Amino acid sequence: MSSPADLTALAAAYQTSTGEAVQFWVLGVVAVIGALCTVLMRRAVHSALCLAGTMIILAVFYLANGAYFLGIVQIVVYTGAIMMLFLFVVMLVGVTAADSLKETIKGQRRLAALCGVGFGVLLIAGIANASLRSWNGLSRANAAGNPQGLAALIFTKYVFAFELTGALLITAAVGAMVLTHRERVERAKTQREQSEERVRRGAQLPPLPAPGVYARHNAVDIAGLLPDGTPSDLTVNQTLKGRGQIRDVSQEAIADLKALEQRSETRLGRARGEGTGARGTAGEGSGGGDGTDPHPEREGRDETQGVTR
Amino acid sequence: MDNLIALLVAAPLLGAAVLLCGGPALDRVGHWLGTVLAAASFVIGAVLFADMLGKGAGDRALHQHLFTWVPVAGFKADIGFQLDQLSMTFVLLISGVGTLIHLYSVGYMAHDERRRRFFGYLNLFLAAMLLLVLADNYLLLYMGWEGVGLASYLLIGFWQHKPSAATAAKKAFLVNRVGDLGLSIAIMLMFTTFGTFSFGGVFGAAGQATEGKLTAVSLMLLLAACGKSAQVPLQSWLGDAMEGPTPVSALIHAATMVTAGVYLITRSADLFNGAPTAQLAVVVVGAVTLVFGAVVGCAKDDIKKSLAGSTMSQIGYMIMAAGLGPIGYVFAIMHLVTHGFFKAGLFLGAGSVMHGMNDEVDMRKYGGLRKYMPVTFVTFGLGYLAIIGFPGLSGFFSKDKIIEAAFAKGGTEGWILGSVALLGAAITAYYMTRMMLMTFFGEERWRDTATASPDAPDAEPAAQERGPHEEPLPHESPWIMTVPMIVLAVGSVGAGAFFGIGDRFLHWLEPVTGHSEGHSPVGAGVVTTATIVLLLVGVGIAYLQYGRKPVPAAAPRGSLLTRAARRDLLQDDFNHVVLVRGGEHLTRSLVYVDHTLVDGVVNGTAASFGGLSGRLRKVQNGYARSYALSMFGGTAVIVAATLLMRAV
Amino acid sequence: MNPVYYLYLASLLFTIGAAGVLIRRNAIVVFMCVELMLNACNLAFVAFSRLHGNLDGQIIAFFTMVVAAAEVVVGLAIIVSMFRARHSASVDDASLMKL
Repeated sequence: MSSPADLTALAAAYQTSTGEAVQFWVLGVVAVIGALCTVLMRRAVHSALCLAGTMIILAVFYLANGAYFLGIVQIVVYTGAIMMLFLFVVMLVGVTAADSLKETIKGQRRLAALCGVGFGVLLIAGIANASLRSWNGLSRANAAGNPQGLAALIFTKYVFAFELTGALLITAAVGAMVLTHRERVERAKTQREQSEERVRRGAQLPPLPAPGVYARHNAVDIAGLLPDGTPSDLTVNQTLKGRGQIRDVSQEAIADLKALEQRSETRLGRARGEGTGARGTAGEGSGGGDGTDPHPEREGRDETQGVTR
Repeated sequence: MDNLIALLVAAPLLGAAVLLCGGPALDRVGHWLGTVLAAASFVIGAVLFADMLGKGAGDRALHQHLFTWVPVAGFKADIGFQLDQLSMTFVLLISGVGTLIHLYSVGYMAHDERRRRFFGYLNLFLAAMLLLVLADNYLLLYMGWEGVGLASYLLIGFWQHKPSAATAAKKAFLVNRVGDLGLSIAIMLMFTTFGTFSFGGVFGAAGQATEGKLTAVSLMLLLAACGKSAQVPLQSWLGDAMEGPTPVSALIHAATMVTAGVYLITRSADLFNGAPTAQLAVVVVGAVTLVFGAVVGCAKDDIKKSLAGSTMSQIGYMIMAAGLGPIGYVFAIMHLVTHGFFKAGLFLGAGSVMHGMNDEVDMRKYGGLRKYMPVTFVTFGLGYLAIIGFPGLSGFFSKDKIIEAAFAKGGTEGWILGSVALLGAAITAYYMTRMMLMTFFGEERWRDTATASPDAPDAEPAAQERGPHEEPLPHESPWIMTVPMIVLAVGSVGAGAFFGIGDRFLHWLEPVTGHSEGHSPVGAGVVTTATIVLLLVGVGIAYLQYGRKPVPAAAPRGSLLTRAARRDLLQDDFNHVVLVRGGEHLTRSLVYVDHTLVDGVVNGTAASFGGLSGRLRKVQNGYARSYALSMFGGTAVIVAATLLMRAV
Repeated sequence: MNPVYYLYLASLLFTIGAAGVLIRRNAIVVFMCVELMLNACNLAFVAFSRLHGNLDGQIIAFFTMVVAAAEVVVGLAIIVSMFRARHSASVDDASLMKL
């Protein structure tokens, strides 16, 4: 290691190009941030997205390390398939439900942090302690092309492992189906039986009322209003209700009226004393006139509930 | 001839089995069956005796090996018998006196509804006692030893409905256990020392053993003898054992079983001869008991308990003689045999008196009975003359020899022992005369007491059946009871002269026990004269006290010694204070230690484990994340350890 | 730059993933963190492959991916079943191991 020729040769062996160094430092920081966000985001969707980002960066690193096939597989299989599977499940479970990050097990977080830091330090110390001086590089192994090289290994040296992995995948697929499949243990009820049962139970006999408010909102997440102006639970899907994704529009008419009055008041520019009287007549007129506001006494309430969750 | 030996034991054993297992069908004939089998045993013994007499002195011993009991490598226990002159003496005494007492019991127990069982127990006792004296090894002897203990327990407590009898039986059993423990330890010591416990093996090897080991074995044997023969300090059970039926007292607690200790010591002569310290202990025990029993005998008003004290005292003579070594063995056995005759006779006489007196045992309520019970009076009187050593009767020959042997021991020891023996002879004369005078002479004190206490609370059931008033006057017992008394009286008179004149008994037994003449500092004539003089003194004092003056119906307060002697010289108080209280304190302290230390350790261990588990349990909170944390921590530790090992 | 930094990065990501497994309660997120740990290992394998100049490391990483795919399939099926049964995806709700 003393002669300059040796030094340069070694440097070539275990020093990467400047471009790769820049890429490492930039993307590495992003990858760590992505990993941290995966852990720390309150919503599973955000975590999944952050993880996907981290994985893509890792794919880039694979490519940079000469693992071309793996880099592509990482993007296609991992980020494309597995992470999408995650997202599907997140959707099934509830996309908007945020987790509480409050710890319930006493001392768990502190100990986890301690163990994590300790473990990381140990790993890093171990790596630093190891003599990883000479990097051979993959130029020779990848001479015939990276996928070809992998294929040659997989179908010769690792052929049994490969076959076993195939069996594992089949088993996993069957297992997933078995786990999610629910066996019907009794005969399905006919329509007649269902209707008879409903009559006997005394539940809602006619079809459920439709969601939406006539001429204003017709989306499925908006509860129809009862004659007294309160929203009816029967009109909306219970799943949406369970997730807290129902919008309540019962106060919107009043809010609109109030805003209208304010605007007309501003436009007419009347004196405040008269304005009070005019407002009184206007209130009376609107109360008795169009009948859209069944609760005139609610006029004083100024807060408006928007989208509730 | 050898094969007959087992029959000696088998006959009464068969009787016991039949009588105890057989049902009430045997109630009518059971007592005769038992008597006949006991007599059969005696006849076989007599046949063997005749056969033995026909042989030379050296080859008289017979052996019979029945089977090997425990055939284990290095440990061989045989069921085998050995019949030599010593055993023969005992066989004849046991089966002879036993048969007579069976006969007597037929009359004495006539009104007891459990008579069949009583005879079963008696046969069991005979079988066990014969096994004891016929065994050719110590283990089989131990079996017989325990057997007689069991029979004794069963018979003392025969009237188990009386709490006093049940307690007395338990007491006898417990005290005997102490002695039995000594015997079992002695056998174990023999096995470890000699590798065998057959008589031949042990005595053959005794010469090579160290004196220390011989002393240890001998002292343990002495402990056993003390227990069985009611010697100080294990004497306390014998007085209470008188709660049993009188024939039992005569057979077991006077003539045979209580002499088993003497047999044991004489049989183990080869061991004791090599252990002078143990012999000294034997002599001391014998001498102390001799005086102890005699003093107790003087104070008791209960005729049977007085006789029990006398038994203790006489066995003390024998033990002392046996402790003298070859000088005394023969005389110990000789006194044992003569004592067997006259003491059994005395007890049977006492039983006869009780039989005629509605089971009254208090001598102060007797008096003037000679007119009403002439046969009893004569036989009892002959026994009395024999025991006090009246010249010409059995006791004279045997006791005189023991006193001579005691002096012949030589030195200070000899003088002390001889004096003690002489003193004992005087006291014997005193208390026996007292008993005789109170029972058969003087006023008829029972006349006023018969009405005063018509029904004693602890009267025997036979008495209750008869009723107190059916036979108001004392009466002579039936022939079936008097015949054995007469036979025994003849023995009491003649046995001593038969044995003693011409040293017949000495020559008979010498091949087994050995004999040596001591060098007596005083001549035989002087001893005999002194004995007779002291005897007359004792009789004279008793006559002055009880013959000349009327006997008070209620016992006077008496001196300190008298009062102590009435309480058996405070033996029970001693046991209570030293053993019972001591045991209680020991138990209490052990309980305290157990509660604080042992339980503390145990509970503390349990509590600490419980507490630890309670804390460890919190680790198992059921949260998968918590377990994952443990795994992760463990992995970190493993990685750290690996790195550390690499670094080292 | 020395390629050993890839290993340091892999260690860091692995540790972050492990901490996430320990801290998060949502089963899906826990799963994602497991995937993060697997990916960190894969990065290390790829880096080792470069270090040794042969493709065995990449083969292992490849197998890891396949196994991870199988694991995710089964694991998500389990999560779905669990959600159906308990209407919750929290791993703490499944604390049935405690008596």
